[in-house]
Amino acid sequence: MLSMSSLMGTAALMVQSGDAKAAVEWAEHFQKNYRLMTAEEKAEARARLERRYSAEYGKQVSVDTTEAQPGVLMGYALNIRKCIGCRRCVKACVEENNQSRGNKPGERIEWIQVLRMERGEFSKDKMNHGYPEGLGIQVGGNAYTPAGAVLEGQYHYEPEAVPEKDATYMPIACMHCEKPPCVKVCPVRTTYRDPDGVVVIDYNWCIGCRMCMGACPYWARRINVANPVLPKEAMNPVTHYLGNRPRMRGVVEKCHWCLQRSRHSRYPACVEVCPVGARKFGNLLDPESEVSLILARKNVFRLKAELNTFPKFFYFYD
Amino acid sequence: MLTSFISDYTRYVLKGGTKFYAWMGSLAVLIVGMMYVFYLQNTEGLIVTGMTSQIHDGLYFANLVFLVGVAAGAVTIVFPAYVYHHEGMHKVTVLGEMLAISAVIMVTMFVFAHMGRPDRLWHMIPIIGIYNFPHSMLGWDVMVLTGYLILNAICGFYYLYVKYTGGKINKWFFMPLVYISIVWALSIHTVTAFLIATMPARPMWFHGMMPIRFIATAFAAGPALIIIAFLIVRKNTKMWIEDSAINLLSTIVTWCLGIAIFLTMSEVVVELYARTEHANGLYYLMFGLHGLTKLAPWFWSSVILMVASFVLFLIPAIRTNYKLLPILCTMAFAGIWIEKGMGLIVPGFIPTPIGEVTEYYPTLVEWLMTLGIWAFGFFILTILLKGAIGILQGEIKYGGQSAAAK
Ligand code: SF4
Ligand code: SF4
Repeated sequence: MLSMSSLMGTAALMVQSGDAKAAVEWAEHFQKNYRLMTAEEKAEARARLERRYSAEYGKQVSVDTTEAQPGVLMGYALNIRKCIGCRRCVKACVEENNQSRGNKPGERIEWIQVLRMERGEFSKDKMNHGYPEGLGIQVGGNAYTPAGAVLEGQYHYEPEAVPEKDATYMPIACMHCEKPPCVKVCPVRTTYRDPDGVVVIDYNWCIGCRMCMGACPYWARRINVANPVLPKEAMNPVTHYLGNRPRMRGVVEKCHWCLQRSRHSRYPACVEVCPVGARKFGNLLDPESEVSLILARKNVFRLKAELNTFPKFFYFYD
Repeated sequence: MLTSFISDYTRYVLKGGTKFYAWMGSLAVLIVGMMYVFYLQNTEGLIVTGMTSQIHDGLYFANLVFLVGVAAGAVTIVFPAYVYHHEGMHKVTVLGEMLAISAVIMVTMFVFAHMGRPDRLWHMIPIIGIYNFPHSMLGWDVMVLTGYLILNAICGFYYLYVKYTGGKINKWFFMPLVYISIVWALSIHTVTAFLIATMPARPMWFHGMMPIRFIATAFAAGPALIIIAFLIVRKNTKMWIEDSAINLLSTIVTWCLGIAIFLTMSEVVVELYARTEHANGLYYLMFGLHGLTKLAPWFWSSVILMVASFVLFLIPAIRTNYKLLPILCTMAFAGIWIEKGMGLIVPGFIPTPIGEVTEYYPTLVEWLMTLGIWAFGFFILTILLKGAIGILQGEIKYGGQSAAAK
């Protein structure tokens, strides 16, 4: 395995040797897992990336390496009653976090999904639908029309106006589970939970095996099947190493609660942009923070609680 | 002595008739094709495959899972030979070990094909990389597969080397390894089953029957392939493989196929009777979901192949007819390949955990890659078998130029 993989590595490098980026990529190729780097190595990696990105995107790019702040455990709450399905959060997220936005399927990556669910109804004329007649088998009245939440949603809907009359919405993204199955299955510990509770990915260490995608019960992760399409002018130059810095092909990415913002006491982009204020974010360890107050006072639930992943993303309603 | 072993072995393997060169040549063409698409995949990315964020494991992963079974299937020769002292089997155990070696090599190649960043696979090597042990099932899988490869290589080549030099086998060294490799063979497919069965996010896979189902299909597909190989060997080389060995193998195929069918049926009944949301994956596989039915023909063809071959295997007159046997074995093999591959891996992702129903189409790149890796496997297998047979027949011997000239 050893000789084979180093051979592959050399081969892969030779393929790109004509590139100006090659020298940097060579160094990146042999760098350590982010968590194991010393402070100097982190500084080096950061400087290297800043130089490369600045040249590549034609603007001054910063790569933040701020660590988790002590005494902070980030948490998120979403008011399911308020969401109107406008998907402005999705758009803001894509712009803030440098997601790939090509036209081919697979080149377009969105971390947030806003599921649209039918309200449905029960109707009088279906009262006895499926009632045994002759040899008929009872299947049950109105059961085949949706009434309330069904999780067979479509999220690429394009309505003229929101909210639609007969729909409710359920935004979903990475839940930053306290017991994240994605972390457990990763064979190389690329993805891990940082001390402030955010589940992060070291993009330079991911081997693209996609085990984590299979293990995530919330379909929160995306694989970069192609070289990400990120137009120079649209690139957000304020980045974090574990957050929104440009990714490369073949690695997995997902929501990281805007580390480049939240580690500097700012709200994630989706929280800021939500026109109805459905999204709340804060420190779960601070009893006076907005999320803590919501947990204490509102009706709160988690998705797929039966799987014991303990998300730190809470849904609530008044 | 070791150097002469290697050189004699190589010289013997390189010699062959036109048939041999034509076979190896056509395999080489497929291998070149594979190298090209591998290059493509590592410059363009996985976008040249049909995989998406929704269905992110496809043909490669399916073949990987299937081939682990084929590798484990070699134990159906080793076990009767050493535990039941079956005479006919004993003579050919080493051929089974060679099959296991080539299958594990193919698995490794599918791992490379599957990864988004194969250039970084060294991250998985302990000490220079990080190994998420003991948490990661993939880590376990790599470990048991490497161990199995090493065990089979040692057992197989040690045996051949001793035959070559005309010495005596050191039982104290050899037998424990053989017994370990028998148990180890079970572990590789069990761990591979755990790899996917330990994901509650994918309800279709999340049940404890998975390992036994894997073992049952493995012990049908593996020996089915071995039987075909044996019949070819019998026809084309001087090596004679006893009927008793082939008959025992076809008995094993029969019953493992039967068990596999039974287990599949149990699963279908349990899932579809209740028809909860968790049955959606299976339902999609059998009948389609939301109007998408791409996999249903695969499933039913697999069912037909498996059931039909099982019924035919049950009939002694057909089972012992060596003209028909390869056809039966091919049917069983193909049926299981579909069942383990497209029939198990892909529907696990349909619908996605948030209910999205999408389909997966393997692209030409994927087919070429898959074909190429299989070709490479057969290439290796041919070399290994040819050399092994040469030694078993005494055509390669230490200091035996005269023997080779005959
Ligand atoms: S939601 Fe998925 S990706 Fe996010 S922490 Fe949980 S398991 Fe991991
Ligand atoms: S795809 Fe990357 S992050 Fe996910 S399990 Fe594999 S190595 Fe870990």
